[in-house]
Amino acid sequence: MIDFQYHTPNTLEEVFDLLNTYGEDARVMAGGTALVIQMKQRLLQPEHVINLRKIAGLSGINKSEDGIQIGSLCTQRAVETDPLVSEIVPLVANAYGRIATPRIRHMATVGGGLVHGDPSQDPPPSLIALGARVILTSDSGERELMLEDFYLDYYETDVREGEVLTALIVPAAPIGSGTAYLKFLPRTADDYATVSAAAVVCRASDNMCEDLKLVLGSVGVTPIRAVEAEQRLIGKSLTDENIRAAVATVKAVVDPLEDYRGSADYKRDMAEVFARRAIERAVENIVDI
Amino acid sequence: MNEIIHLKVNGTEHELEVPARRLLVDCLRYDIGLTGTKEGCSVGVCGACTVLIDGEMAASCITLAVAADGLDITTIEGLANGKELHPIQQSFIDHGGFQCGICTPGQIMAAKALLDVNPDPTEDEVKEWMMGNLCRCTGYYKILESVMEAVKPTQDVNK
Repeated sequence: MIDFQYHTPNTLEEVFDLLNTYGEDARVMAGGTALVIQMKQRLLQPEHVINLRKIAGLSGINKSEDGIQIGSLCTQRAVETDPLVSEIVPLVANAYGRIATPRIRHMATVGGGLVHGDPSQDPPPSLIALGARVILTSDSGERELMLEDFYLDYYETDVREGEVLTALIVPAAPIGSGTAYLKFLPRTADDYATVSAAAVVCRASDNMCEDLKLVLGSVGVTPIRAVEAEQRLIGKSLTDENIRAAVATVKAVVDPLEDYRGSADYKRDMAEVFARRAIERAVENIVDI
Repeated sequence: MNEIIHLKVNGTEHELEVPARRLLVDCLRYDIGLTGTKEGCSVGVCGACTVLIDGEMAASCITLAVAADGLDITTIEGLANGKELHPIQQSFIDHGGFQCGICTPGQIMAAKALLDVNPDPTEDEVKEWMMGNLCRCTGYYKILESVMEAVKPTQDVNK
């Protein structure tokens, strides 16, 4: 690891001053699980590291108007085990509980994970399917944007110069809907997904699909929302035939990278399979009112 | 750039001057001389370097020493009381929870972290918690047995 100057500011104002002074030479650190590894591997060589751990007020989990608000310094383990998260957005508790190992989840944070921008991470498909938003704070105020629009490219997010991600807001799934997150793990339990899929399904009384959000992970440079599959199923009956016809469009929108988890072709095939299974599981999980 | 840090390791205060890039595992092993903590994969996967930071288990191979400044660290050396082994250590001996031993400090620290927050875990809870501590010798059954059997004496000590 190349040496650097280390900063532990006590307030967000001090963080903004440091970011404005050092610009792209600085990296913000929260849990450090991703950043330290990237620095050890010299993928990143920041001259300044700004640790957020002394910043107060960024690790709360609270009810918000439409769901739940999670401070960016919450550990992933805190989200996984928080009773309020399990009650209001169980899909999110489940997705955070699928990351790596308990030790990593004790260290890594919600904000750090999101800005890391790795397209194979567990939470983003579920968060995007629920319509989650992030709050980015700088010395000129706050900016709120849909998480779906936050991911720009491989490990690249829309955090702009001088900004810090301070909160994640996750709306509860609509009443009467069903949700599911599936992670295909052919290797080991602590691995990144080979392919992952999250679905949120709303069903009308006549088995008609009223609404669907379908988001895939590990199959492109960002999480990918399968809008065409959603459109094909909305307004149709939730039959096996219709679900299969809808997810047949998934292969065309994914663009997986080949790695030791599988070839690009294999992952493309599995994306369709896991998209279908996620929808089926979400339908099974519908709690009728 | 060097930094002055204060670490409380197994109850002893240390003031150290370390480069910002110093990893906690190296600081413990080379600066303080506590070589019980092992480094395996170096990327936070294998669990060999597990220590407790303010009671929470952490991978010391991906923790900067400066990020632990002012915090309370427990390593494998901090468990025994003089010559009397901690019940988890004794259980690993009694139930054959190790062979080569390289992963053992991490296994025991992870088990300690679990039993501190959940003194009566089920077998599934132990498996889930310990999934990030790899062992190439035992096939895990003996480790599981060691942790499950350690539950009883730990409870007795706490009573």
